[in-house]
Amino acid sequence: MREISEHILDITQNSITADASLVQILVNADADADEFEIIVEDNGRGMSEEFLQNVLSPFSTSRTTRKVGLGIPMFKETSRTCDGSFEIESKPGKGTKVIARLKLSHIDRPPLGAFADTIYILILSNQELNFYIEMKCDSECSVFDTRKMRIVLGEVEFDNPDVSLWIRQSLEESERKVFGGKNI
Amino acid sequence: MKSLAELEAIREKALKQVNIRKQGDGTRIVVGMATCGIAAGARPVLSAFLEEVNKRELKDISVTQTGCIGVCRLEPIVEVYKEGEERVTYVNVKPSMVPKIVSQHIVNGTPVVENTIGYVESRD
Repeated sequence: MREISEHILDITQNSITADASLVQILVNADADADEFEIIVEDNGRGMSEEFLQNVLSPFSTSRTTRKVGLGIPMFKETSRTCDGSFEIESKPGKGTKVIARLKLSHIDRPPLGAFADTIYILILSNQELNFYIEMKCDSECSVFDTRKMRIVLGEVEFDNPDVSLWIRQSLEESERKVFGGKNI
Repeated sequence: MKSLAELEAIREKALKQVNIRKQGDGTRIVVGMATCGIAAGARPVLSAFLEEVNKRELKDISVTQTGCIGVCRLEPIVEVYKEGEERVTYVNVKPSMVPKIVSQHIVNGTPVVENTIGYVESRD
């Protein structure tokens, strides 16, 4: 994966497969602590203790098309390469939380990449799902919550051209405000 | 800054509009977005589909993502489901192919044969 955003997109696919109704994504770049933290948390069906033990292995997957799954192992490898840590917490019936912490200044750290675009894609192509997005960098912070949008929009859907444009622009604005010009 | 008040105005405008164009008839465009798809460049492809459908203001068409479709070497893969028709599977899709797939297939009903799995596989 060339970007952290691609890892996020990939990990979120697991939440979708796990029938989550809410996915919370946090991206926090903290220059003082020299840490880049990514958390993807869902309220999907979760994993059993046994599956959780094996989930970091490439030879463990819930997919039925093949016997290998590389999403989690690759994200873990990226974290490891960047002097970071990688954890997964999960409870059957409660959900799953993936926490990756990378060294922000590490030379091999992939850039965050097209984050706003990635979130836009996730929201528009999974309209029955709710997303809570938090972007943080030093003192800047921005939150995007599709549940709040739904309250305002009522029966108007996300794929209405004006609404989707609003979503895209507001995500891009937040991304620029929080991470703009900071080499994240 | 974008505000929820703006969204409220968008809502009011949307409720006044009558859906004039209903061309999709429940067409579904599904992009494979598992690890294999993402690594092969599926994200810009999905992005391009969303933009094209939006730009043409096509109604009743859904663009969604799915997991691994199963032929990872041919990713990015896009499946098009039109009601009453057989599924069409596009392989090795690039964002540049998207406008043609939308105009020729989604809107006008003729699949772009040279990008379909059957054509690519028989050629190789």
